[in-house]
Amino acid sequence: MSNIQSLSSDAQRQDYLDQLESEAIYIMREVAGQFERPALLFSGGKDSITLVRLAQKAFAPGKIPFPLVHIDTGHNFPEAIQYRDWMANEVGAKLIVRQVEDTIKAKGLKEPTGKNASRNWLQTFTLLDTIEEFEFDACIGGARRDEEKARAKERIFSFRDEFGQWDPKRQRPELWNLFNGKISKGENVRCFPISNWTELDVWAYIEREKIPLPSIYFSHQREMILRDGNLLANADFIYKDDSDVIVTKTVRFRTVGDMTCTAAVESEASTIEQVVAEIKATRISERGETRIDDQQTEAAMEDRKKGGYF
Amino acid sequence: MDILRFITAGSVDDGKSTLIGRLLYDTKSILADQLEAVEKASKTRGDGEIDLALLTDGLRSEREQGITIDVAYKYFQTPNRKFISIDAPGHIQYTRNMVTGASNADLAIILIDARQGVVEQTRRHSLIASMLGIPHIVVAVNKMDLVGYSEDTFLQIAQEYQKLADKLAIKDLKIIPVSALAGDNIVDKSDAMPWYTGETMLHFLENVDVQHDLNLNDARFSVQYVIRPQTEELHDYRGYAGRVQSGVFRKGDTITVFPSEQTSTIAKIEVYGQEVEEVSAPQSATILLETDVDISRGDLISGTGNAPVLSQDVEAMICWMDDRKELKVGNKYTLQHGTTRVRCSVKGIEYRVDISNYDQLEDIESLKLNDVAKIVLRTAKPIAYDAYQTNRANGAAILIDETSNVTVGACMVEA
Ligand SMILES: Nc1nc2c(ncn2[C@@H]2O[C@H](COP(=O)(O)OP(=O)(O)OP(=O)(O)O)[C@@H](O)[C@H]2O)c(=O)[nH]1
Ligand SMILES: [Mg+2]
Repeated sequence: MSNIQSLSSDAQRQDYLDQLESEAIYIMREVAGQFERPALLFSGGKDSITLVRLAQKAFAPGKIPFPLVHIDTGHNFPEAIQYRDWMANEVGAKLIVRQVEDTIKAKGLKEPTGKNASRNWLQTFTLLDTIEEFEFDACIGGARRDEEKARAKERIFSFRDEFGQWDPKRQRPELWNLFNGKISKGENVRCFPISNWTELDVWAYIEREKIPLPSIYFSHQREMILRDGNLLANADFIYKDDSDVIVTKTVRFRTVGDMTCTAAVESEASTIEQVVAEIKATRISERGETRIDDQQTEAAMEDRKKGGYF
Repeated sequence: MDILRFITAGSVDDGKSTLIGRLLYDTKSILADQLEAVEKASKTRGDGEIDLALLTDGLRSEREQGITIDVAYKYFQTPNRKFISIDAPGHIQYTRNMVTGASNADLAIILIDARQGVVEQTRRHSLIASMLGIPHIVVAVNKMDLVGYSEDTFLQIAQEYQKLADKLAIKDLKIIPVSALAGDNIVDKSDAMPWYTGETMLHFLENVDVQHDLNLNDARFSVQYVIRPQTEELHDYRGYAGRVQSGVFRKGDTITVFPSEQTSTIAKIEVYGQEVEEVSAPQSATILLETDVDISRGDLISGTGNAPVLSQDVEAMICWMDDRKELKVGNKYTLQHGTTRVRCSVKGIEYRVDISNYDQLEDIESLKLNDVAKIVLRTAKPIAYDAYQTNRANGAAILIDETSNVTVGACMVEA
């Protein structure tokens, strides 16, 4: 019995980040163990970067046993795309990229135009096509429950029917850590290893692990569009009218989404420590501050998810 | 800093969502834009008072109906602890979602409406919480504002609940009079109830000891995945990746693999590629053995010492969760236990628990949605399990319907 003494104190030494990491790695391994063709959805944003690190650790010293998949809207930040390619190469994982542009052409989809037009919703089509093309039965995503109120309700293994739809009123029970990934052909499961992480947990982890990030997360000078109090990065494909003002600002981004719908914050924070300090002090949520697409209706995220979104 | 996972439970409208909303609000965990959104939603729905329940009731249907349908996870922290709060629905129809949330909880807050006292859902949720082995139960006698903050009412309900708790053998019980709506005894001590000298809800949540709830005696490790890099320098590497479910493993330990019962010695333990001397629950790790034994996903590595039960016969308490089909003797399911899946058939239903008085009803032929019962299963192959009450991780199992693939039963194995 003498060992129990030393162990309780050992258990206490497991910091909260260790606990979250351990849980996430357990989930990663469940995905690899339960599914035949999983994929990791990789956007070049901090949450999916965290996922890649977790996947590396989960299967070390082996390689990550599934490909990274990026659904490219064509409206991404160039820095994020650069980082994506670098990262895939760095970890030696296979990278699959599919273009929303191609889906638009192939399906003859009507692209939203005008002010605040975004391809965000169109990504869903490309994602579902990609899942079909490669017969992915599981897609690992970096969604966190603290991000948004519909996500706060989602299971860690989130079942999708053959149309990719999420049914929030009929979610499978999810008991203990016994994840049920059993599905029929054509169905798939979205798996969220960092469900229980908060934005600050992700930042703290990146800081602790010294994971390099795309440069847009740090303070830089950029040409911006000032619109309705939001600062958007200027790009050719963003529709502008007379009320938009072009300004040069010192900014950083708190999330990495499409340039069309991701707002920046003015900031001088150029190191991860400084960024974490600023985020700790802010009184505005990540989505509220940066995602113009979610500011539009009350149930925007729930509706997108029902339709097959990430 | 550690993490406490807690769930709110209890009957419809007893104030579970409001209580979590109040905890978030009074700990200043709600950001300005989220608060603004909730204020706006409250205005369009009600009398203009901010409805704290909207902080967790995030689905469209929930907001329309003013009820909780599925569990919501919310996160906050105080200087010493991080909290994962899980808001469960009170409606009987959604009991399986409550079970989902409760299965991982370290603590349950059971709410009681002070005007109603103990009702059927209080009894059901208390039973489930105790079966799930949630180590700490806090009863929040809520809506004290609506009974004039009466000490008598509180004492009466406390006494009534104590009787129920005795039947369930609840170990750590705390009862607190609160008003989630007004914020009495949630984060701040109530001026309206000077007769109550105990702790506030938050104070209790911050200080309850959860480290000692881990089973550190029985070494169990279920293999999730075999790592075989097959590169030149790691040609012979064979690591068993998994999570320590309970107990401790050390380099040099003799181990037994189940169900094959082969033995070997631990050559090396790695945590994400780094070698360590020992690992303990609930850490994820990779174990390498001295000898070549045939191990794959689903196997259990056990330390010598207390061995698990290896058997095809399993007795378990079950919460039945299928609203479409009943559980009947003779039915076949897939049983998932640890990382293993095995077919099983239902050999018998020993009894069903009567929720109103916890009596055991015999001669039961089938189970309906939300029934709690003791059943006997026979598995197609032996599985290595422990009793749930002493080892939550290796005594838990689920039943999966073989046609719909849905999880239909939560099993707590007895040994
Ligand atoms: N007067 C008073 N009303 C309360 C109190 N707590 C909650 N309520 C009200 O009771 C109603 C139900 O509250 P909820 O928090 O939604 O109840 P719930 O337990 O989450 O309900 P379900 O999740 O649907 O089971 C709401 O109108 C609340 O404002 C309280 O302490 N005092
Ligand atoms: Mg509720």
